Amino acid sequence: MSTARPNPDELLRRISEETERQKRGKLTLFFGAAPGVGKTYAMLEAARAELAHEQRDVLVGVVETHGRFETRALVHGLDLLPQRKVTYCGVEIEEFDLDAALTRHPQVLLVDELAHTNAEGSRHPKRWQDVEELLDAGIDVFSTMNVQHVESLNDVIAKITGVLVRETVPDSMLEKAHEIKLVDLPPDDLIERLREGKVYVPAQAQRAIENFFRKGNLIALRELALRHTAERVEAQMQEYREAQGIEQTWAVAEQILVAVSPSPYSPHLVRAARRMAAALHARWYAVYVEPISAIQVPKAAQQRLAQNLRLAEQLGAEVTTLSGENATDEILRFARERNITKIIVGKPVVTRLRDRFRTSFVDHMVRQSGDIDVYVTAGDPAPEESLPEPQPRRVPQISSWGAAAAVPLLSTAVAWLLFGRDQLADVVMTYLLGIMIVASRFGLGASVVTVLLSVAAVDFIFIPPYMTFAISDFRHAVTFVVMFSVAIVISGLTQRVKNQAAAARQREQRTAALYELSRELVAAQGSRRVIETATHQLEKLLNGKVAIFTPSASGTVSRAYASPGFAEASGREDSIAQWVWANRQEAGVGTTTLPGATALYVPLMASGGIVGVLGLNADPPDRFRALDQRRLLDAFATQVAVAVERTGLADQTEKARREVEKEQLRSSLLSSVSHDLRTPLAVITGSASTLLQSSTRLDAAMRRDLMNTILEEAERLNRLIRNLLDMTRLDSGAIRVRKEWLPLEEVVGAALHRLDAQLTGREVEVELPADLPLVSCDPVLIEQTLINLLENAVKYGAGPIKIGATSVPGEVMVEVADRGPGVPMDQATRIFEKFHRVAHEGGTSGVGLGLSICRAIVSAHGGRIWVQDREGGGARFRFTLPVTGEAPPLELSEPPPDLAESSA
Amino acid sequence: MSQTNPLILLIEDEVQMRRFLRASLVSNGYQLIEAETGQDGLAQAAARAPDLILLDLGLPDLDGLAVTEQLRQWASMPIIVISARDREEHKIKALDAGADDFITKPFGVGELLARIRVALRHAATLGATASTQFSVGDLMVDLGRRQVTVRGQEVHLTPIEYKLLTTLIKHAGQVVTHRQLLREVWGPNSSDQTQYLRVYMGQLRHKLEQNPSRPAYLVTEPGVGYRLRDER
Repeated sequence: MSTARPNPDELLRRISEETERQKRGKLTLFFGAAPGVGKTYAMLEAARAELAHEQRDVLVGVVETHGRFETRALVHGLDLLPQRKVTYCGVEIEEFDLDAALTRHPQVLLVDELAHTNAEGSRHPKRWQDVEELLDAGIDVFSTMNVQHVESLNDVIAKITGVLVRETVPDSMLEKAHEIKLVDLPPDDLIERLREGKVYVPAQAQRAIENFFRKGNLIALRELALRHTAERVEAQMQEYREAQGIEQTWAVAEQILVAVSPSPYSPHLVRAARRMAAALHARWYAVYVEPISAIQVPKAAQQRLAQNLRLAEQLGAEVTTLSGENATDEILRFARERNITKIIVGKPVVTRLRDRFRTSFVDHMVRQSGDIDVYVTAGDPAPEESLPEPQPRRVPQISSWGAAAAVPLLSTAVAWLLFGRDQLADVVMTYLLGIMIVASRFGLGASVVTVLLSVAAVDFIFIPPYMTFAISDFRHAVTFVVMFSVAIVISGLTQRVKNQAAAARQREQRTAALYELSRELVAAQGSRRVIETATHQLEKLLNGKVAIFTPSASGTVSRAYASPGFAEASGREDSIAQWVWANRQEAGVGTTTLPGATALYVPLMASGGIVGVLGLNADPPDRFRALDQRRLLDAFATQVAVAVERTGLADQTEKARREVEKEQLRSSLLSSVSHDLRTPLAVITGSASTLLQSSTRLDAAMRRDLMNTILEEAERLNRLIRNLLDMTRLDSGAIRVRKEWLPLEEVVGAALHRLDAQLTGREVEVELPADLPLVSCDPVLIEQTLINLLENAVKYGAGPIKIGATSVPGEVMVEVADRGPGVPMDQATRIFEKFHRVAHEGGTSGVGLGLSICRAIVSAHGGRIWVQDREGGGARFRFTLPVTGEAPPLELSEPPPDLAESSA
Repeated sequence: MSQTNPLILLIEDEVQMRRFLRASLVSNGYQLIEAETGQDGLAQAAARAPDLILLDLGLPDLDGLAVTEQLRQWASMPIIVISARDREEHKIKALDAGADDFITKPFGVGELLARIRVALRHAATLGATASTQFSVGDLMVDLGRRQVTVRGQEVHLTPIEYKLLTTLIKHAGQVVTHRQLLREVWGPNSSDQTQYLRVYMGQLRHKLEQNPSRPAYLVTEPGVGYRLRDER
């Protein structure tokens, strides 16, 4: 079998990547070693060619001509996008107008200076982020940048030129570029151009030559630019070969891991890893090991760590956080799992005292790493920030100082009373006991005080010469040292145990919070409830104001639920949510997109894609920069997203089910209606035509019989149509329940009156308790319910029909019972379904709508309806009507009789 | 009742309905004129001054309600509304607009003839001094002596119950809407508090009816009002 053929999955992936890339716009990058080499000029020339030869719609989004004449000449004749005016610190400046460009949507857009930093208040802080969005929108972009802006080369160039460039572009941007055009100019020519004032205005030019454009610098930069471009060409070559299946490009894929910490040297490590990964075409991971017992990582360190991890992410690393007590073990375990081949760690800058006694992190790593290469990189010798991070010491409370002072006194008293001056060992033991208690309860500070006081007390009272602090015997000095060591070891251990316990508690709280959220979300039914529950829970858990945005049919998101007071000036904030929805990236405060917002907006991503946007107004606003908070938030967001997706799916299923049910109903309606309408019609037609054609041959009795038949069948038709109409109206919601307070007796009377004819010959017992309260119901609808139940009793039942009612707390239960065959128990619920008919011998059969109408009416009243067997045979249909609220008082009192008399 | 046979104007657009009504009305001794549209009906009513009008609510040109309102501006003859709409609010609207009674399609001829008889009788006694006695079945009301007897036994009614009963007697055989009853018994301000009416009607039934839950005289017209039967 040939191994050179690309694997089909790989091929598919490449094809889908290819189509993805085709949908995206293409980035053409004009890349140079230094300002002034002619990048903008080259870009404009290319744009003109594009316009002239390809007839493409070219738009100049932004071009910095730096007042250069030739460049300006090239712009002439191209479409220019008007700039956005921004007032910054009272000065009006012009900025590239991203929204206008997206609206105008040209085929090719020119955006100069990829590394530019946008004015405050823009959507993205950096121009390369604008370009990303343009590419996502399918616009081809021409842009320019210099090698010094490449993120991974940033520190190298700072070393060469001595100028630290703050504006950087992540390497991933360069990798995404469809084409990189190197604009090259030999250093001498560049310096010449500079002198001629073609790059900067003359006053600036001289300074520039002295500082940055030194020949040595320029050569170095040129080399870097050329090399970077060459690497890129090589990568393309590799890709091409791979795509064509020419050969196995590398036998074993390299995988690189870099250990990241909050240290300010970490960015240096990250960049080194990135360079190595790029050179080896390796996947690389940035890993941070969070110590289990570390709960009080200083805020500054946390932020630095988050920055370091973000840098790694921007440079293309897969970022992972592990947690464990021993960083080396965790890193190595992770490395083995992922088949990492190279690990990059930093060299500890300060050799700590304890490293002399314990194996250092690096030593441990090197020893344990086995077949994994470990690269140890030096930290920058002159960091601008100093490393020491003062651990926030807890200020001991007064009580601990009190204990620190009291315990030695107590020990002294006990030792004096029990042992006296003769048994020094026991005395020391007594003091040690006190020290241990203080150390374990009140921390290091207090225990040191206790030790000092104890030592002083022992020396003063128990060690000769007495009542002085002098020591006569060297052995006693040893005793003091032992006392000291014990105190310090114990308080250290205690502190560690305490920290671990606190960390465990914090983790436990987080887990509990997550568990509670998920439990609440699972319990909530329906999307509205889920969103409400989620908002309330998040409000509580994250201690801030929360909003959840969900999409409408038109694709815009709106607040499905928001805490009161969430981002009040809502117009702008809601449009951020819209942006998050469209771009599936977070935005708002604490992010790189629209950081000026008042809230943080996070996409709610579930397995099927984005389901909504979560808005958070946290206190303090930058709270989620902290790693643990951020992870908590992510976990919550995932939970909520999954829950929202679940209800979405449930809603869809429900809708589909209803659709099917409707369809079934429609077909059974058709079949049943066509049968039930035709039968009486056939009888009527037959009878009437008989009467018409053979009236002379029929005797009076037969004629009367036929005429009665016509009448009966017509009535049957009428009932059928009434039922159908009622059902349709109930289904379509055309019938409103108009509740009135009324005595049930009246409704029963009306129903019996309506059925007078059908009830002839049937005994009807009505048993309504005299103290039955008024019921609140729609008299017409409840009468209809009773009529349908009574009709059934007449048709299918036998014996006397009993109508009864009982009042139970909260509701009135009404029943209609007969002495017929009853309802088979397996049909007890199905008979309330539409078009369900119980097979029976009689043959007088309805459409099967009567009971379903009853059910619809009763449930519209908030009651239940069911059937059960009657003791002694027969069916007992029962329904309830809830009695909600108080019946209105009947306060229209009778006028006194004599008054009425006189007025009459 | 006039000497000659009463003249009935039938305003109805359905040919079949007209055919069947013509047959039954003429065969029962009424004179009949017909109109197919509302406008035609109004013109005929003015020209011929019928004793009673049968009016279909669903006409092609004018709404039956509008016809009723226009007729009531100058005419006082009884109007019985025929409607296929069984929605209560339509019935109430028609009655409030001035119709005397209603009958819902489909209906039997017997029912229709009974309604016509009642309406004509009311029209005839409208000007004359009201009868001082009312009786139906076992129920006897002597309006002059304010005496109510059931099966010969005197029944004591409270003033409100009595007023309710006399109001129904005034319209005996015809439907009286809740609103109308409330207005006439309790005064103009209580027209939407039907629960009082229902409770008193229940009490009245318990005093007058043999079986209050299957009333023989005081019949409920669901959602519309009450009717005191005047013939058994």
